[in-house]
Amino acid sequence: MTATDRPRTFPGTPATSGSDIGLSRLRAADLIPVATGGLRTRRVRVLLSMLGIAIGISAVVAVLGITRSSQADLLARLDRLGTNLLTVVNGSNLSDAEVPLPATATTTIGHTEGVEAVAPTAELAGVGVYRSDKIPPQITGGLSVRAADSSLVSTLGADMLAGTYLNEATSRYPTTVLGHTAAETLGITDLSGAPRVWLGGRWYTVIGILRPIELASEINRSALIGFPVAARDFAYNDRPSRIYVRSQTERTLEVFEVLARAANPKNPNEVAVSRPSDVLTARLEVANATTTMFVGLGAVALLVGGIGIANVMVISVLERRSEIGLRRALGAARRHVAAQFVVESFLLGTAGGVAGVLVGVTVTYGMAVHLGWQVIIPPAAMSAGLGTAMAIGVLSGIYPALRAASMPPTQALRTS
Amino acid sequence: MSVVLEVRDAWKVYPGNPPVESVRGVSFTVERGELVAIVGPSGSGKTTILNMAAGLDRPTSGSIRIAGRAAHGLSDRRLSGLRAHHMGVVFQRFHLLDHLSALDNVATGLLYRAIPGGRRRAAAAEALERVGLGHRAHHRPHELSGGEQQRVAIARAVVGRPELVFADEPTGNLDTGSGAGVLALLDELNGDGTTIVVITHSEEVARAGRRHIEMRDGQIVHDSRSSG
Repeated sequence: MTATDRPRTFPGTPATSGSDIGLSRLRAADLIPVATGGLRTRRVRVLLSMLGIAIGISAVVAVLGITRSSQADLLARLDRLGTNLLTVVNGSNLSDAEVPLPATATTTIGHTEGVEAVAPTAELAGVGVYRSDKIPPQITGGLSVRAADSSLVSTLGADMLAGTYLNEATSRYPTTVLGHTAAETLGITDLSGAPRVWLGGRWYTVIGILRPIELASEINRSALIGFPVAARDFAYNDRPSRIYVRSQTERTLEVFEVLARAANPKNPNEVAVSRPSDVLTARLEVANATTTMFVGLGAVALLVGGIGIANVMVISVLERRSEIGLRRALGAARRHVAAQFVVESFLLGTAGGVAGVLVGVTVTYGMAVHLGWQVIIPPAAMSAGLGTAMAIGVLSGIYPALRAASMPPTQALRTS
Repeated sequence: MSVVLEVRDAWKVYPGNPPVESVRGVSFTVERGELVAIVGPSGSGKTTILNMAAGLDRPTSGSIRIAGRAAHGLSDRRLSGLRAHHMGVVFQRFHLLDHLSALDNVATGLLYRAIPGGRRRAAAAEALERVGLGHRAHHRPHELSGGEQQRVAIARAVVGRPELVFADEPTGNLDTGSGAGVLALLDELNGDGTTIVVITHSEEVARAGRRHIEMRDGQIVHDSRSSG
């Protein structure tokens, strides 16, 4: 216990007299344990102060992740459906029924450069479709009857849910193919028992049901019959009311411009040409706008979180005056005290950032899986989130650290 | 004998109306191996003198030389270096860090000398043995008695074998028995060659000191060495 052989030169101690004074130095490796000391003793407060940053970062990461995932989904749908589908209508009359186009419209559109496929359809005004002949005619259920041919399926890329589509032969007979919504409304879910519908005052046999068509909802609500049988039963006069056009993708805009004149050269301004995929494109833009808003909210949460950390650090500095005084007495320079508090604050921010990124990724993942989207979490969002949290940690720590460093050691020691 | 501490006409004046003259022209020297007790009533300026001598406070005027180095005019980092390398301080309230074991508390005495952790702990274990607390190395401060806590604080002050150890009322928070133990320890360390300056208003401490400096109203009224 007694040290008789006491060496005067202890490790780190310079020679007793003369020479220069050893500087106060703190090893970088010691800075972390010194800084975490304060955190370890105040766990609840540490968790609470991390919360603000965690919420902000998770909001930003989740919003960016969810938007990106949903946009990827929209883009994939756009890709699948194509942006080159155009529809041509001749406007609608007061009763909201479509007005027929000239009989030549299909041919002239088909000859237009850049057009790949044309599918004419004609809404049969005043013709309804019902489950049975007992239903009053005015109860249409929002369904309409439409004449079409086999080009419709290829042009729209439609698939059959059950049965077959109209062909050359069935187009001549009282047979019908139901759109998805129409089939549901009429209560026909499959073709067992050869179901019939009461269509325009006659029985028509249902030979097929279409799957939902995303870009042509009016087809979903229609019962489709062939042109020949439409001409025979309902005096169809070869004038289509709505024409679907598939153009070459790169020439879509060009085709869009000339379609009205091609469809109705005499009164091109009566013709309305539209691109159904614009709805999806618009949704992409809306998603972008909401992203900006939510990222803005996340930024506010981060700001509040940063202030929270600064607040907690200021309190911590006040509470730990005697520790600061002790460290100064042990030889800590002002810079070491400042570094201790900045690193402590930095660690708080970083921990909040890590927690926030984890929560944000989890939320994005859960949401995307739930909605059947591809999970896309932009790495930039994660690294920027973490980086922001670290920067906020450091910034929030500067003022408290300077306060701690400028505290006179004697004053710090007195208040304990 | 070499002089370890030299205080020359030190003044400490706190601004105010009228200004408070806490220390008024104090001069004394401490030689290597001495145990000096500074005694006097509260407000006599002894803590201010100790803070200035320990480099925790700067005198308004006058000079202080510690281990042959002038303390005035030093940058914060050099003055801090002087504390880290040449001095140890013991406080009345121990000032141990609650989240660290006794061993790690002692090791913080070497923290600001940039000595690697392993060597700090080895030296701390040795210092704990010196104060008779080797068996309490892994206890936290709250698991130790007051006397033991003050022994840990003393071990922390001497772990770097500083040239000067300052103790500010080291027995002020202890019962008589523990206080006597702490004084005996200081005496023993002094016997091993450690230079110690201890502040106290306890008669016993003053008697334990081989030399005592009595202060009143910011001035030295009696120095047992100069008066014999």
